[in-house]
Amino acid sequence: MSREMKRREFLKIVGISTAATAAVAACTSKKGILSNESGSSEPQGDMTYREAPDGSPVSLLGYGMMRLPMLVGDGTNQEINQDMVNQEVDYAIAHGINYFDSSPAYVQGKSEQSLSIALSKYDRSQYNVATKLSNFSDRTKEGSIKMYKDSFVNLGVDVIDFYLLHGIGSIADFEGRFHENGMVEYLMNEKSLGHIRNLGFSIHSDKETFDYMMGIHDSGEAHWDFVQIQMNYVDWNHASEHGFRSVAASYMYDELVRRGIRIVIMEPLLGGSLASVNEHIDYELKRREPEQSVASWAFRFCGTQEGIMTVLSGMTYMEHLIDNTKTFSPLKPLSKEELDLLEKIATQYVKYNLIPCTGCSYCMPCPYGLDIPAIFAHYNKCINEGNMVEDPEDDDYKRARRAFLIGYDRSVPKLRQASHCVHCRECVSHCPQHIGIPGQMTMIDNYVEALKRNK
Amino acid sequence: MWRKIRIVLATVFFIGITLLFLDFSGVIHQWLGWMAKIQALPALLALNVGIVVGLIVLTLLFGRLYCSIICPLGVFQDIFNHFGSKGKKRRARFSFKKENKWLRYPILVIFVVLMVAGLNSIAIIIAPYSAYGRIASNLFAPIYQGVNNFLAFCAERYDSYAFYTKDVWIKSIPTFIIAIVTFIVVGLLSYKGGRTWCNNICPVGTILGFFSRFAAFRPVINVDKCNGCTLCAKKCKASCINPAEHSIDYSRCVMCMDCFENCAQKAYEWKFMWGKERIENHCESHDNKRRQFLATAGALTLAATVKAQGKKVDGGLAKIVDKKVPHRDTPVIPAGAASVKHFAQHCTGCQLCVQSCPNDVLRPSNKFDTFLQPEMSFEKGYCRPECNECSTVCPAGAIRPITIEDKSATHIGHAVWIRNNCIVISHQDSCAHCARHCPTSAITMVPLTNDAGEAMVSKRTGVALTIPTVNEEKCIGCGKCENLCPAAPFSAIYVEGHLIHSVK
Repeated sequence: MSREMKRREFLKIVGISTAATAAVAACTSKKGILSNESGSSEPQGDMTYREAPDGSPVSLLGYGMMRLPMLVGDGTNQEINQDMVNQEVDYAIAHGINYFDSSPAYVQGKSEQSLSIALSKYDRSQYNVATKLSNFSDRTKEGSIKMYKDSFVNLGVDVIDFYLLHGIGSIADFEGRFHENGMVEYLMNEKSLGHIRNLGFSIHSDKETFDYMMGIHDSGEAHWDFVQIQMNYVDWNHASEHGFRSVAASYMYDELVRRGIRIVIMEPLLGGSLASVNEHIDYELKRREPEQSVASWAFRFCGTQEGIMTVLSGMTYMEHLIDNTKTFSPLKPLSKEELDLLEKIATQYVKYNLIPCTGCSYCMPCPYGLDIPAIFAHYNKCINEGNMVEDPEDDDYKRARRAFLIGYDRSVPKLRQASHCVHCRECVSHCPQHIGIPGQMTMIDNYVEALKRNK
Repeated sequence: MWRKIRIVLATVFFIGITLLFLDFSGVIHQWLGWMAKIQALPALLALNVGIVVGLIVLTLLFGRLYCSIICPLGVFQDIFNHFGSKGKKRRARFSFKKENKWLRYPILVIFVVLMVAGLNSIAIIIAPYSAYGRIASNLFAPIYQGVNNFLAFCAERYDSYAFYTKDVWIKSIPTFIIAIVTFIVVGLLSYKGGRTWCNNICPVGTILGFFSRFAAFRPVINVDKCNGCTLCAKKCKASCINPAEHSIDYSRCVMCMDCFENCAQKAYEWKFMWGKERIENHCESHDNKRRQFLATAGALTLAATVKAQGKKVDGGLAKIVDKKVPHRDTPVIPAGAASVKHFAQHCTGCQLCVQSCPNDVLRPSNKFDTFLQPEMSFEKGYCRPECNECSTVCPAGAIRPITIEDKSATHIGHAVWIRNNCIVISHQDSCAHCARHCPTSAITMVPLTNDAGEAMVSKRTGVALTIPTVNEEKCIGCGKCENLCPAAPFSAIYVEGHLIHSVK
């Protein structure tokens, strides 16, 4: 449901911007006669490229295969909408995107195969594939190697262009999953054999862990060709204010650039929350770029940093893809003044106390049936739309109460709501954002209970 | 003119009462709740002296206006009768029939005996208002909610919160079947024979018929004007006009006043006839129609037990096993009902409370001695302490009005822990979900020990295991623990009702 909402938001934005572009284009070309034949969904120029460690070009916009379009199902057993994936990948390749990022963990393990089907008709030189060692549940060397080998089969390739140690959460996590079991050594060897072109890792953690990983690189025990970090204009300086156990992206950026390590960006939209921002922020951005989507600002922010190799976006719908392609074809870097504006917005953003859930669904399935990302998405949406009220005496209380409660039942079935969290803590270790999910569930449930009690 | 006034008033009452059963927002009840409270049997059971006296006085003045205007089942029959009168041949399809005394009065006696004996659940099947309530709540409300859900679906697409989705579910299959049978039987009887039901079976009709014999103002036939065409009798849905004798059986006349308009000679007039009974011939033998209602036990829905899905790291939703209704020795009934006995003796099973319960807690009982009367179960929600909706709608005084403060202090039952269902025992995993959510803090978690008296720990997390204990003095029986218990299909903690509710 929340995805639908986002999609609609997007359609709205795309609709507005395309209509506006159409109008402007038509006005300039045809003596003010309005027409819709300007082909406004086509980007103005060519894709911007950056360099991979070996000098080959990598499109600045990378395609994340984590949130694929699904066929409508009952929620418990959904199938990927492969036709749509094919169509989107076709569009991406046609518009110069050549970096596709998957993982054996994505979409209940179906992402790699789906990507492979979509890419099968293209020449291997036309695209880079990235995938990960997502050994969260089985950290043994045998299990990990099997996962690694399976990726070649699922992706249908002989060489993996970019291979990542997936989601390092802490030093202990890295040691347990990759170091002590000898996987780092194994993968370095695989790289020297040419099975892996570039080896790196993705990280969601604190400064200490990041420094530890840099130490491994500096000591020569491993060589990181690239690192995938969470970056966006909020996390750039304010990661620690709104997230849990996180480090400012600007710090990681500087450290990586200093070492000449390529940088891949994940969560440029903070799980979509920078695409549908608070009304006030929305106004500030639209006032300056009436024809550009709110999301485009977040992408341009990432692209503006020269050290970035590619910015990943999980483009579920064609509209996302078209809009983002436009943003990066070519990239229009942000000016100093615009960067200052985003910094100001980030300062406001962290004050809203949003839950830093990016909707990655690593916590799922919750054994007790909760729909954790949907609950957080509804809660954040209500904050963004100003539907959070505490005092029944508030003028706005009745309307906001209705909007929150009815919207809650719409976006999350009753049996999957926060009240059913039994604090088993199964999810906690899976959350890359280190959200204390059970505690947040109790917080949301208490809020819902208070709303229900006070009519 | 008289007939038109009757039709307008009847329409207002019929729509009003139907809306009471359809509305789930609680808004209509604030305005029209009185329409349910002036119904005869509920008022009698509620010992609402003012209304009972008022209805008797109304009947003593104008006859059985109640049956044509206030009673929703009466108007319901008039609607069927209306369609039954379509077509040339059917337009004048009635003829005078003698009163079925040997059917009417025995049924009334049996009804009263059953009520006094506490077997209300059987008796109320033929109580007119509650019979209509069951039809409206079981057959009309789902349609209404379906339309509402469609509007909610549309509203959702426009980001509007004007409509919200309401679960449509059959709360009790036997009650649903009773409603269908009542609908068909009463509908067919009136389609074919007008007010057959009201004058042969309905206990309220029989009682009011007793008073209406002596009504002060009655329609009479002016013999001077009557040309003996007998059209009035042929169109009388109560079959109570005897054209040969120019007499009317006032005990069966439901004061529809159709005869005033049907008579081309304008022979019908109002007459003040205080206390006089009409002259009537004694009836001969008449075929005794017997109506039986069978309540067949419903089918059991089998919830598929599904194993917890294997952890696949990313995404998907675990299947949820539907909850089943546990066995309760004593039914849990709403605060305000005072005691199981009081409730059973006063409830007419009209389903108004079932329909108005915003938490989907109430549903009609399938048990013999409380059949059709509501009871609580907590598969879909729990009895929220801040809600007293059912006590505000009950017209029969079965659930007496209760304030929120009193309600949250009324002990309607107590929670009982079922050791073997509890995931702490079955999965050796920590939980405490019931204790965390109990609104009265009646549940305390205590350490789980093995036979040797050593504290046990969770195999998965290493945390010390604790099991819930219930403080019956604090527990009010709201059912939140039962509703939220992660064990399925049967919760590991459930509410056992109290025979007599207490306030502590």
